[in-house]
Amino acid sequence: MTFLAEMVYIAAAVLFVVGIKRMSAPATARKGNLLSSLGMFLAVLGTLIHFRILTPEFILLGMVIGSAAGAVLARVVKMTEMPQMVALLNGFGGLASLLVGWAEYHKNPSADLYTAVTTFLTVVVGGLTFSGSVIAWAKLKEVMTGKPILFRGQQTLNAAVLLSVFAGGVLFSMDPANNYPIFIALVGVGLLLGVTSVIPIGGADMPVVISLLNSYSGIAGCLAGFVIQNTVLIVTGSLVGASGIILTNIMCKAMNRSLANVLFSGFGSVTAKASAGEKGEVKSLTAPDAYALLEAAGSVLFVPGYGLAVAQAQHACHELAALLEKNGAEVAFAIHPVAGRMPGHMNVLLAEANVSYDLLKEMDDVNPGIDAVDVAVVIGANDVVNPAAREDASSPIFGMPIINVDKARTVIVMKRSMAAGFAGIENPLFYKENTRMLFGDAKAVLQELVSEFKRT
Amino acid sequence: MPFSIDPIYILILAGFVGFEIIKKVTPTLHTPLMSATNAISGISLVGSLVAAGSDHLTGQVLGFVAVTAATINVVGGFMITERMLKMFRKREKKS
Repeated sequence: MTFLAEMVYIAAAVLFVVGIKRMSAPATARKGNLLSSLGMFLAVLGTLIHFRILTPEFILLGMVIGSAAGAVLARVVKMTEMPQMVALLNGFGGLASLLVGWAEYHKNPSADLYTAVTTFLTVVVGGLTFSGSVIAWAKLKEVMTGKPILFRGQQTLNAAVLLSVFAGGVLFSMDPANNYPIFIALVGVGLLLGVTSVIPIGGADMPVVISLLNSYSGIAGCLAGFVIQNTVLIVTGSLVGASGIILTNIMCKAMNRSLANVLFSGFGSVTAKASAGEKGEVKSLTAPDAYALLEAAGSVLFVPGYGLAVAQAQHACHELAALLEKNGAEVAFAIHPVAGRMPGHMNVLLAEANVSYDLLKEMDDVNPGIDAVDVAVVIGANDVVNPAAREDASSPIFGMPIINVDKARTVIVMKRSMAAGFAGIENPLFYKENTRMLFGDAKAVLQELVSEFKRT
Repeated sequence: MPFSIDPIYILILAGFVGFEIIKKVTPTLHTPLMSATNAISGISLVGSLVAAGSDHLTGQVLGFVAVTAATINVVGGFMITERMLKMFRKREKKS
């Protein structure tokens, strides 16, 4: 590789690192994204020039088609649909890595052991990233059920699939030139592995899955770098791989569950038995009553969950928050790390609705002072505010860190009905002395409150 | 190509750099971060270009599909990140 090309790749790698570093705070993040995309531009330009890849022309056609499709997707996607879009794009990255490994085999079928091993790993991890992302996309988009899909012998099947990856990998690597059928089988098994590993995971665990798939796409790119001996792929792939692992870890901690538990337990598939003890009485209230409470409140804490996204209620929520502030109340938003369907999902929605980011608080920042909050408004969140996580050792979510809204003076819970949350777990919050249920569609209810405020 | 230990060093050190810089990202920006790293993982576009530029027909066809897929990943990823980051605003101080 020429000196110049290596220099361009080093510059690209540096731009990626600096770009990600700039993303640590909202004020510098846009510049960070720009630097990263500049890095990508340099890397592509350097590659095209260095390898003199301008013919066949259809390569450029591929880039034109890809750019157009990517631009359209980026433009039309709604903020509420961000998790499935990120999953889908992630899948395309995995597909590319898979195909790079495949094409490389055709270029040089009788490769040495080292290249053979990295090639088979690239196609397996790339395939797994692709099919896993497509399944995650389908679940989030509700093309298929968001519930865990479980069947008898599932663990055995998974073990068999994994075993055949290893067996096939060994067979292939020993004599790559004469084992093309095994190679193709490995491509298939990699794709199958993505499907079997994501179908048992339920909708509310998607933040973990998306983070993990993000990591896989980095690892796949990194492996492809080993195959074609390209350093910029190795550097960048491991950066992204590390990023995904960190986010996966944060998500698991926020649910107090191990990664293995998320991946294999089919959490939420069991309908929790109705808890025996007396639950107390549910006290509901009407919008005008809620208005009276809010109007008198000196401090209001909003706690959004996935229900906010489903109801597209972020704008109405912002409008109410603004009116409360005008009314003299101190307003903040408490955001649980796993609220929504991907890390940071709620923050993006509220940012879209023009909520200033200094009002978006982390769980650990609001919990210590939460007993001084006059009214906590829970919008479409359930498990992340379930006090059973703190109090009931028999609850499946016991030990999960939650936002302690039950300690606020009054809690208003906006909810469609009394149905249990995703995980089918009873929520004692709804029966607490200081809790009032406000039933209805979150958006409609919020709009009603807004008009109450405007009327006066 | 013979086995070389150098890429392993690169892999491990870059991984550490990744851990250090990602740890510092505020949770508020986790979605844009994820979509940006997602776009960056489209670096396999470089590999796809090399594959498509081979003189083997099958390699070219596979490479073409790879180039298209990776470009969707890269362009879509960066543009979506920009769209999201543009929305994160701090209100002007109230007088």
